[in-house]
Amino acid sequence: MFNKIMVPVDLAHLKVIEPSLQAAADMARYYQAEVCYVGVTAVTPGSVARTPEEYAQKLEAFAQERGKIHGQPVSSKTIQRVDPAADLVDTLVEAIDTIGADLVVMPTHAPHHLDIVIPANGSQVAHRTGASIFLVRPPQ
Amino acid sequence: MANSVRNDQPKAPAAESEGIPSPDGPANLIDTDYVIGQDNIATSKFGVPVDLHSVVFSVSSLVILVFVIITLALQEQVAPLFTGTFSYLTGNLSWVFLFGGNVFVLVSLGIVLSPLGKVRIGGANATPNYGYAGWFAMLFAAGMGIGLMFFGVAEPLSHFSAAFEGSAGAPLGGAAGDQQAAASLAMAATIFHWGLHPWGAYAIVGLSLAIFAFNKGLPLTMRSIFYPILGERIWGWPGHVIDVLAVFATLFGLATSLGLGATQASTGLNYLFDVPNTNVTMVVLILGITAVALLSVVAGVDKGVQRLSQVNMALAFLLLSFVIAAGPTLAIATGFFTNLGSYLTHLPALANPFGREDAGFVHGWTAFYWAWWISWSPFVGMFIARVSRGRSVREFLIAVLLVPTLVSVLWMTAFGGTAIDQVISDGFQGVQNADLDLKLFAMLGQLPLSSITSFVGIVLVIVFFVTSSDSGSLVIDSITAGGKVDAPKPQRIFWAILEGAIAIALLLGGGLSALQAASVSTGLPFTLVLLVGCYSLIKGLMSEPRSVSKAKGA
Repeated sequence: MFNKIMVPVDLAHLKVIEPSLQAAADMARYYQAEVCYVGVTAVTPGSVARTPEEYAQKLEAFAQERGKIHGQPVSSKTIQRVDPAADLVDTLVEAIDTIGADLVVMPTHAPHHLDIVIPANGSQVAHRTGASIFLVRPPQ
Repeated sequence: MANSVRNDQPKAPAAESEGIPSPDGPANLIDTDYVIGQDNIATSKFGVPVDLHSVVFSVSSLVILVFVIITLALQEQVAPLFTGTFSYLTGNLSWVFLFGGNVFVLVSLGIVLSPLGKVRIGGANATPNYGYAGWFAMLFAAGMGIGLMFFGVAEPLSHFSAAFEGSAGAPLGGAAGDQQAAASLAMAATIFHWGLHPWGAYAIVGLSLAIFAFNKGLPLTMRSIFYPILGERIWGWPGHVIDVLAVFATLFGLATSLGLGATQASTGLNYLFDVPNTNVTMVVLILGITAVALLSVVAGVDKGVQRLSQVNMALAFLLLSFVIAAGPTLAIATGFFTNLGSYLTHLPALANPFGREDAGFVHGWTAFYWAWWISWSPFVGMFIARVSRGRSVREFLIAVLLVPTLVSVLWMTAFGGTAIDQVISDGFQGVQNADLDLKLFAMLGQLPLSSITSFVGIVLVIVFFVTSSDSGSLVIDSITAGGKVDAPKPQRIFWAILEGAIAIALLLGGGLSALQAASVSTGLPFTLVLLVGCYSLIKGLMSEPRSVSKAKGA
């Protein structure tokens, strides 16, 4: 049913996104799908990497490591942005097209009052893409 | 030097798998164990996710709170203190500002001409994030903005009057009784204040930050410039102090300008539409400006700040073209070159820091401007650094130093030249007699379609403010987040709102100009910071490989 799963990854918050990584791995095995891990990084030095190239390297290593766990083919895609916090949704929607993903598995936070002002990224992505979206809540 | 920069080439990406950008080529990362964000507190305990540098955020918020309370509560006691400090600085230490300003310009020009200009920001193969139009619009909107509207007519005319009368505040002793000489001197002095020197300060801060962030891998905060001097100590208190100072200068610089800008816009609205020039109007204006700035910071650099800056540039260009076409077109066209010439002729004398005989001019104008530009430099420099990855150092300096200087010459020639021409040729005294914040409108009033152009003028004042306010909030947010630019959005919303709130509090409670004096006083410590920056910049650039390939402007 799904051939290519896109998994947006925040390398700075691996613990928070762990459930979505597991869900993605299970679905990849079940549907025999390829998994593409996507990271959006600032061009400026950050907590994960000091250059976008270092980020790309770390993301690729992460993807390979995850591939060993679920055994499906993996790839990684690092996208640089001047203002990643503001452009995350646009960037992910674009990436879905360029990758050709038919399913996106991404982490999201539990609904809270702030969503009215700043809607969750996951729900915004779902509004704007034709691909199926699976939003995974953090562990309770 | 104990903590020298090591030759540590970044490794090339392991695999060229799909989507990984090609490596940006050789650069020279600084070897440090510091992890960006290691001193941050990240929590969403209070229902709002935050990620803040524990010391810089708490100390700067506290300092800001205490300052606002003191300024409001003890106005009569502290106002003379702030203004006294400021007039002491500009009166007695004006040579420090002038000397520093000259160093910044000479270092920048020296780098343009030297082989160091070939270094590329972000590594030898980095490509620019923005096209020329968007990039230049952001540089200009952040750097000059409001002052061009406020002083474009007022300053040349003030110098002209002073020089013609040969009064104490005249530049270089003035030219009593000689209208042509007085006009030429007035334009030279104005362009001096809006030309190479302010942009030299911005260029030094911007370029040092860009090199230390994009090529050396240090966080995008002021403290990073000090690495060649302080080494690992920049992560401790010396670094905290530098960052807190930068937050202070930026926030109060913005808040006081926001207040003063609201005053000008309100005066303009009163002049044009008889809107009552009251506190209510000004508070509504500040709320409006803050609301638009909020939308812009939430939309981010690309969709918010960049687009607004372009709107801003387009409007400014329209108004400029109108003044050139409707004003004395030929005089402006020839004036551009003669003013540029008289600027260059008078430049050595105007920039001389020692033994000046026109003390009134140096203390009252030049030293004030230099303190003002330098106290704005952390904000403007950090913002222009952030959007300049992929440009070569030479390209950066030409775009930040030389192009804006030419634009300023043109702007001042058009606005100031037209106003002076009205006095000399038409004998019109209206602009000369108008209040400072009405001079622009009085000048436009002599040209056709004045109700439309004055309205465009007011809109421009407001848009210039929005573009300073939004980029300023982004800068403060990244300094107080320890150099992280991807911290949660509510933080930048917080700073944008705080800026508006402080402006309103000071406007209603009084103390706007006292605090402006206080924030401009931070110009002195920053002059020293920038002098260190010159040293660090040259040292940092020397250790960078020169770019071989020329990346295309997007």
